[in-house]
Amino acid sequence: MTDHATDTSPADRGYLTDKGFRSWALTLDHKRIGVLYLFTTLFFFLVGGVIALLMRLELLTPGPSLMNDHTYNVLFTLHGAIMIFLFIIPGIPSGLGNFFIPLLIGARDVAFPRLNLLSYWVFIGGIVVILASLVSPMDTGWTFYTPYSAKTGAAVATLSFGIFLVGMSSILTGLNFIVTTHRLRAPGLTWMRLPLFIWGMYATSIIQVLATPVVGITFLLLAAERLFGVGFFDPAKGGDPLLFQHFFWFYSHPVVYVMILPAMGIISEVIPVFSRKAIFGYRAIAYSSLAIAFIGFLVWGHHMFVSGMSPVAGVIFSFLTFFVAVPTGVKVFNWIATLYRGSITFESPMLYALTFIFLFIIGGLTGPFLGALATNVHLHDTYFVVAHFHYTMMGGTVMGLFAGLHYWFPKMTGRMLNETVAKLAWAVTFVGFNATFFVMFIMGYHGMPRRYAEYLPKYHADNVFATAGSWILAVGVAIMFANFVWGMLRGEKAGANPWRGLTLEWQTPSPPPTENFEEIPTVTDWPYGYGKKVVCR
Amino acid sequence: MKGGAEESREERSYALDTARLGIWCFLATEVLLFGGLFTTYTVFRLRYPDLFHTEHLKLNRLLGAANTVILITSSLTMALAVAAARQGRRKRLRLFLLCTIVLAASFLGVKYLEWSDDFSRHLYPKTNLFFSLYFTMTGLHGIHVMAGMGVLGWLLARTRKGHFARASRTPVEIGGLYWHFVDLVWIYLFPLLYLVG
Ligand code: HEM
Ligand SMILES: [Cu+2]
Repeated sequence: MTDHATDTSPADRGYLTDKGFRSWALTLDHKRIGVLYLFTTLFFFLVGGVIALLMRLELLTPGPSLMNDHTYNVLFTLHGAIMIFLFIIPGIPSGLGNFFIPLLIGARDVAFPRLNLLSYWVFIGGIVVILASLVSPMDTGWTFYTPYSAKTGAAVATLSFGIFLVGMSSILTGLNFIVTTHRLRAPGLTWMRLPLFIWGMYATSIIQVLATPVVGITFLLLAAERLFGVGFFDPAKGGDPLLFQHFFWFYSHPVVYVMILPAMGIISEVIPVFSRKAIFGYRAIAYSSLAIAFIGFLVWGHHMFVSGMSPVAGVIFSFLTFFVAVPTGVKVFNWIATLYRGSITFESPMLYALTFIFLFIIGGLTGPFLGALATNVHLHDTYFVVAHFHYTMMGGTVMGLFAGLHYWFPKMTGRMLNETVAKLAWAVTFVGFNATFFVMFIMGYHGMPRRYAEYLPKYHADNVFATAGSWILAVGVAIMFANFVWGMLRGEKAGANPWRGLTLEWQTPSPPPTENFEEIPTVTDWPYGYGKKVVCR
Repeated sequence: MKGGAEESREERSYALDTARLGIWCFLATEVLLFGGLFTTYTVFRLRYPDLFHTEHLKLNRLLGAANTVILITSSLTMALAVAAARQGRRKRLRLFLLCTIVLAASFLGVKYLEWSDDFSRHLYPKTNLFFSLYFTMTGLHGIHVMAGMGVLGWLLARTRKGHFARASRTPVEIGGLYWHFVDLVWIYLFPLLYLVG
């Protein structure tokens, strides 16, 4: 069909052969776009991380030290908004998703390569607008609750518009993935043979396409509120601030699954490979992704228990919230069952995958305290919440991302990481993470409120502990990134399939050629056939 | 492997189906975007029935109705353009694309008259919740009309260069679907804002 010779010879650099700014900025290759996204989002992870360190430094002492209260408010708004909108939502889907979806389904590219490039530049456009809003920085928190956000002197309209653009880029990516998964699967790759990462990404894409427009219109209305004085959310004009919260959480609850489902997909790939065992309960894992996506649309109200919503609605939302735990529990159970009696090896991707399970269980088990009406009223807006969502987002999603980065690093770069350094980085990160965030459960339980630059002296010891932890964490992450840079430049040659995985991406050279496969593979079995037979070279 | 011509036709219809799936997904997001506005409308309509009744009487139904007719006609010309593309009749395709663009422009012209009239009567987005909704909804729809005109203009320019005969008509089909969607939104907006109060 194609007569492009897939030329990997120039020093085996595959899709990386072309050099120069234009060849990256105008590329239609999904792999390059994925790499662009990865660099951009990881950069913002570091920016958000530095801001977090500053906040933790301020919190080292009970009184004001580094900064005034306004600056602190600006910092937690920036930290939250950057981490959510510029790192964790686009990170795995647009970065690893773009790179690996076509490879995992045996396609040459995504369905709409031009749209894909457009989505990246819309994303960059959004970032530019968001940076422009820094001339008068926001202090509303990343949720932009009205009526405060409609009144505070900050550049809310600009920031809302920037986030609108970022959302649009996310919609385009999701749409592209849905169509790609439907139309471009290799011959023989039926839905029940899809790698579980694809299932996770498919469910994610549905949420992106169906939830993001709602936050889009919300932010447009907020911008209109600022620019034209309309009053949908302003009680003084007869508007309704709760309407904003409903809209906002109708998006932002499902979007936590945009954050977590792709990470769960990665875990479902890593666990079987490093325990040399067929995944347990394939169908259950696949369907539970869809179930999570679906139920996720029904539970947004649990963020509003203390907002003055009707009590009946509160009970219903609380009840539905517990439902999400079922498909999530199914997944965790299946991963553990897969591990059971596998021949487990502890390479770095596996360490991060196990960390994901461990930390996510802690994050998950503390969720019901917040999902239940009675305890929520006690714990609402305390550090308990901060601990809970850092355990799920950072302990869950970010660890999943790290697992993916370590797992697929050889495929993306053609080189191996230094395993010893990777394990060291993992150990330091693990200790630092728990030191930082576990005490926050305790602080929160004792009543330390979130979003305050100062606190009562009785919380001092806990805060010193958390701040010390944050520095250990920073060192761990720094070692990891240094290892990435080293690996890219100096790492050992990886070969096509260093982990002996069975999914399709391992059946092409590392790094893959521009067209992914010399010949589109035909699939005859599901990708988790360990134990039955050894397929790959 | 099949012979060259046969295969390429198959490939093209495959590409068309793929593009259709894409545009339907996209239209779903558009529905949800406007869905937020319709929800807002419902909430405030239920809360302030009297306000909505008295205020909606201030709108110019005549211009609204004229615009409805204009847009429905444009949907027709667009459908004819797509049919022309399917039959490979490039001249007709150009003609009907042009008609559609002209109709879209006249829609915006009427909208301009209507809004200036509103402003001259001191009706602004911040006047009250009804007018907030009226201006936001028609404004967002207007932006969609402009985007649609951009798409149509692009199609026209490409057609001039000889593209889009029968086999490669995917962009025309997609543009057509989008234009029908833009019309459809107005078909909902018109009664909601102008007629029921
Ligand atoms: C690098 C380690 C991190 C540290 C030390 C850290 C620390 C903090 C601190 C001190 C706060 C302020 C709590 C308050 O005053 O209410 C905070 C808030 C927050 N963090 Fe992090 N964080 C880290 C990583 C992350 C990551 C990876 C994410 C998400 C991907 C994240 C998301 C958030 C969000 C959404 C908020 C809430 C902001 C708000 O209240 O508006 N953080 N974090
Ligand atoms: Cu939620």
